[in-house]
Amino acid sequence: MSKDILFEIGLEEIPARFIRAAMEQLKDRIAKWLEASRISHNGVSAYATPRRLAVLVKDAAERQEDVSEEVKGPSRKIALDASGEWSKAALGFARSQGVAPEQFTFKELAGVEYIYVTKSSTGIETASLLSEGLTGIVNAMTFPKNMRWGAYDFKFVRPIRWMVALFGQEIIDLTITGVKAGNVSRGHRFLGKETVIAEPALYVEALRSQHVLVDVKEREELILSGINKLAEEKSWKIAIKEDLLEEVLFLVETPTVLFGTFDPAFLNIPQDVLITSMREHQRYFPVFGEDGKLLPFFVTVRNGNAVSLDVIAKGNEKVLRARLQDAKFFYEEDQKLQINDALAKLENIVYHEELGSVGDKVRRIRAIADRLAVKLALPASTAAEVSRTADICKFDLVTQMVGEFPELQGTMGEDYARKAGEADNVSKAIFEHYQPRFAGDAVPSTEAGLVVSLADKIDTIVGCFSIGIIPTGSQDPYALRRQAAGIVQMVLEHQLSISLQEIFAAALEVHESLRSEKHFTPELRINLYEFFGLRVKRLLSDNNVRYDVVDAATAAGFDDIVDVVGRSLALMNAVTGVADFKITVDSLTRVSNLAAKAAEGTVIDPSLLKEEAEQKLYQTWQSIHDPYREALTALHAAEALQILSGLKDAVTGFFDSVMVMAEDEAVRANRLALLSGINADSRLFADFGKLVW
Amino acid sequence: MNFQQMILTLQQFWAAQNCILVQPYDTEKGAGTMNPMTFLRSLGPEPWKVAYVEPSRRPSDGRYGENPNRLYQHHQFQVIIKPSPDNIQELYLDSLKALGVDPLLHDVRFVEDNWENPSLGCAGLGWEVWLDGMEITQFTYFQQVGGIEASPVAVEITYGMERLASYIQDKENVFDLEWVDGMTYGDVFHQPEVEHSTYTFEVSDVKMLFTLFNTYEEEARRAMENHLVFPAYDYVLKCSHTFNLLDARGAISVTERTGFITRVRNLARTVAATYLEEREKLGFPLLKKEGADLV
Repeated sequence: MSKDILFEIGLEEIPARFIRAAMEQLKDRIAKWLEASRISHNGVSAYATPRRLAVLVKDAAERQEDVSEEVKGPSRKIALDASGEWSKAALGFARSQGVAPEQFTFKELAGVEYIYVTKSSTGIETASLLSEGLTGIVNAMTFPKNMRWGAYDFKFVRPIRWMVALFGQEIIDLTITGVKAGNVSRGHRFLGKETVIAEPALYVEALRSQHVLVDVKEREELILSGINKLAEEKSWKIAIKEDLLEEVLFLVETPTVLFGTFDPAFLNIPQDVLITSMREHQRYFPVFGEDGKLLPFFVTVRNGNAVSLDVIAKGNEKVLRARLQDAKFFYEEDQKLQINDALAKLENIVYHEELGSVGDKVRRIRAIADRLAVKLALPASTAAEVSRTADICKFDLVTQMVGEFPELQGTMGEDYARKAGEADNVSKAIFEHYQPRFAGDAVPSTEAGLVVSLADKIDTIVGCFSIGIIPTGSQDPYALRRQAAGIVQMVLEHQLSISLQEIFAAALEVHESLRSEKHFTPELRINLYEFFGLRVKRLLSDNNVRYDVVDAATAAGFDDIVDVVGRSLALMNAVTGVADFKITVDSLTRVSNLAAKAAEGTVIDPSLLKEEAEQKLYQTWQSIHDPYREALTALHAAEALQILSGLKDAVTGFFDSVMVMAEDEAVRANRLALLSGINADSRLFADFGKLVW
Repeated sequence: MNFQQMILTLQQFWAAQNCILVQPYDTEKGAGTMNPMTFLRSLGPEPWKVAYVEPSRRPSDGRYGENPNRLYQHHQFQVIIKPSPDNIQELYLDSLKALGVDPLLHDVRFVEDNWENPSLGCAGLGWEVWLDGMEITQFTYFQQVGGIEASPVAVEITYGMERLASYIQDKENVFDLEWVDGMTYGDVFHQPEVEHSTYTFEVSDVKMLFTLFNTYEEEARRAMENHLVFPAYDYVLKCSHTFNLLDARGAISVTERTGFITRVRNLARTVAATYLEEREKLGFPLLKKEGADLV
């Protein structure tokens, strides 16, 4: 026997960005509670709009499942006292389990006898559990931001205004912050009315008739089809940015797509500015022509029906006009600003109390970038572009446009620099030095952008580490992980021949010489190296390199990122694709284990190699040693691994017929030295012992 | 509906909800929240319902009367109700209807906006209300006031009167709004806008303003030593406005800025804490008025 459960929490408008996660959370909590309560069901569906979070449980059993479980108590030794009576401990256990000692049985576990009781409980009515269960779920809900309201001592994402709680047609008795659950939900704020939900299965349709589409997917499809229809009719391309769609989806209960227009004269303002203004301020979708150029239209989604869309479009146009007038004003004012004057203003912007002004930061970026340019052996003309880019990379931070739209930093810098006559590469590099801005973003395409981006990011990381701002757990306010990952990504994608230590050294030297306070401890370098190590490992696992392969390859060092990535990928290929690679790995691991016993600095004496197999191994190793190292140096990882694998048969033959730990001390030392030599080579590639089969 | 009718309509609407109507406070301030009828009265357990118009000065928004949307001084219509009633959103929407805004013909939305006033140690959660994409109201549940947890919670509704009027009257330029028939907003406020902008950006005596800030701060402290909450708070407001004038003049660097804000906040916190103490000494008299219109 089963009935459906409906639970709807009616709220004042929940922040759009929290809704999806809150909906999932409610669903998870209900599902977990049902499981823990042993109430069987046929699935939980979740719904959400700005004003409600809801779950519908199909076919929930009317009674809990019966259960019978054995509970283990104290051991016989403890349970019985000297006279064979039940001890205090045993009686306490009986009490805690709600049974009489007569019900105890003894059972052996690992040679010791323990008391057991078998508790069987007959499942009780689901209806009698729901009130407490749902209250517990509401109390347990967490949100990124909570609030209090009225005179209630209760925190939730927004005030709760109504609740529907039904088990079949029965109302579940439930009161939170003075709101008593019932069977009455509320429709669309303006188009709908209160509506009785006779039974859970009618929920979606009952609200539909009150102009609320509770199904998120349905609203999404409606918005998308509205936008697509408009695009088709008008031959537009409407850019649907996913996070904006997600937000709009949770701002409306009944979506109706409409469009408006703005004065084409505003198209003289850079496209990015117009798009940002429309998206960020107004939640509009920008409209493009077939040629990809921005058109003077916008698309928005109304929370309501198609009545008086013209009035709404006109209102939105008026708002946008004021916004774009501001943008135009900022754009024109900003162009009166000389780059040098802007740079002077950077001295007044505090970057970080302990790390000085933005002006200070820029001087460090310049000095680090110059050092990196030397390391990378850039030609003089490129190095000059690097220096100029570094000097002016932050000037747009003091422009009014960036003040209004911080996300346009770099974009405005590029535009204004070009207008001020800066070289094309330099202008472009101003934008690019922020790249990669997020996971999956492109890396800079210009060398100046690349080098300044490296310098900016390593300056931030070294600066923060030096004053104790080191990311822990979820704490990473300066997004240092993202910046380190950006450095790793840039080195890799541009195949830069620069090591992490060289990058650190450039930044540390500059910080030591330009900052009056010295905070550098020897651990700083170690911390930095470990921090980057984690980013490298992350990058590798993101590229589907197995965890043990990552560990094996990084154990041979990750200072040179191009090198470690090459080795990891080659190793991953071999592990998954080369037929008898396990034999190679086993033999190299064995070499490594024995090599650990070798005395340091023992030189191999070929004349002591008496047995054929050890001579063979020595010769094979000698023949591969140079080509192997050359392949490694040339970053031909796959080739190096192939050469190294050539040792396999000789090693196997060696272990099959040669006794390493020979009686003769000199012979033994010599054999160990041979293995140690081979191991030294193999460890340049990976610690093969870390691989798991 | 002209500007004056809008004010009268809102006053009448909220008076009918048992709000007392007070008049604008006579000390310069940047927002209606800073009026002691909000800042102080939203503290503590006593119930409170009030509505008023607040001319609010934002020196850095001055545009010499040339910008159609930005003003040195604009008008807020402010409603404070403590504890926040359960039907407050519906009441608010009814007030829009009273102003002639039919939600069925428009797009009215509550878009998340969390409000903070660091210099007064205030924070709240709520929304900006959008009317066809235009922000017309700030709707906030106070969570903290003067650094003190708000309990019970007061709800604050702040109508941006010029924005709302420009929509209702369908005017592009704030100075074209009708205050009453035959008298525009510009007729009343254009000259002060020009003069205040000129004064703020070009004429104000920075040295004097710094001196005033220190003097006001000192006087606020002296008043606090004597447990005179309301006089002390007046000087806190003067500090705040003086700081805004200095800031608009570009006389305060970014580094110093934090320092000044901290000074004002510390004063505001002391005033808030002392206000609570003084009300407690009086036995929170408004709690005893149960059954009166206030509750």
